Amino acid sequence: MLLIACPHCGNRPETEFRCGGQAHIARPADPAALSDAQWAEHLFVRANPRGVHAERWCHAHGCGRWFNALRDTVSDRFLETYPTGAQPTQTSDARA
Amino acid sequence: MLEALYRTARALPLGRFPAADPAGSGIVIQPAGAEARLSLRVRDPVASAAGLALDRPINRLSGDARRWIARLGPDEWLIGADEAEGDTLPGALAADLGERPHAIVDISHRNVGIDVSGARAAIALNAGCPLDLGEAAFPARSATRTLLGKAEIVLIRRPGAVPHYRVECWRSFSTYVHGFLVEAARSAG
Repeated sequence: MLLIACPHCGNRPETEFRCGGQAHIARPADPAALSDAQWAEHLFVRANPRGVHAERWCHAHGCGRWFNALRDTVSDRFLETYPTGAQPTQTSDARA
Repeated sequence: MLEALYRTARALPLGRFPAADPAGSGIVIQPAGAEARLSLRVRDPVASAAGLALDRPINRLSGDARRWIARLGPDEWLIGADEAEGDTLPGALAADLGERPHAIVDISHRNVGIDVSGARAAIALNAGCPLDLGEAAFPARSATRTLLGKAEIVLIRRPGAVPHYRVECWRSFSTYVHGFLVEAARSAG
């Protein structure tokens, strides 16, 4: 069984969690100033690295809280979990 | 008065089963009677409200057998009490929380309790619950939301020498959860 360390509840089984896709996507400050291509990029284009990926996860069947995690997409190993709004101590391959 | 009449007439979805040990396996499964339950959300809690401690760690149970509070998350609590208290407890909590933004919702009608007890109770629960229910990982007075089979439950371990768990599930899941536990107890025995 894959265990995920929820920042609030500690190590819990994977089935209690939901993945929410890539983390650290900032909404543009002034969407009206963007071209259609830039807006589409913000809405739809996501990183898909082979390696360490920063993702949002929700402990849906537990404390119900969202948090962020660094996961290696090759080994499915969770390197680190940290609260929403915080920055990881390690770097992910997808970050520019 | 109307509300009091309604409460006494509320039907229990699992009926009033006597305690049953379907397989003679030492796992006793008993649907609980009607109880008052409240969901409390406060972002910035006080130490205690209406005599219930809010400052305990997450996934902890406090209080006694008749009036208990379980912290399910950083800002979420599940409160259980005698059914007669259901009318007065929300007011008492709100008075102690004062001006703090909070939400108190009466979910007595939504939740159904099933008591699972006996030395081997964890075996029946682990048939559908992926948590580690060992003494170190899930000691007495633990309480958390988790899964049992396909249903979401709140699992509470009461204090006591013999393992005694309370499974709180939603009303519409109750026949599934009860049937699941009975089947699991049979195969455990």
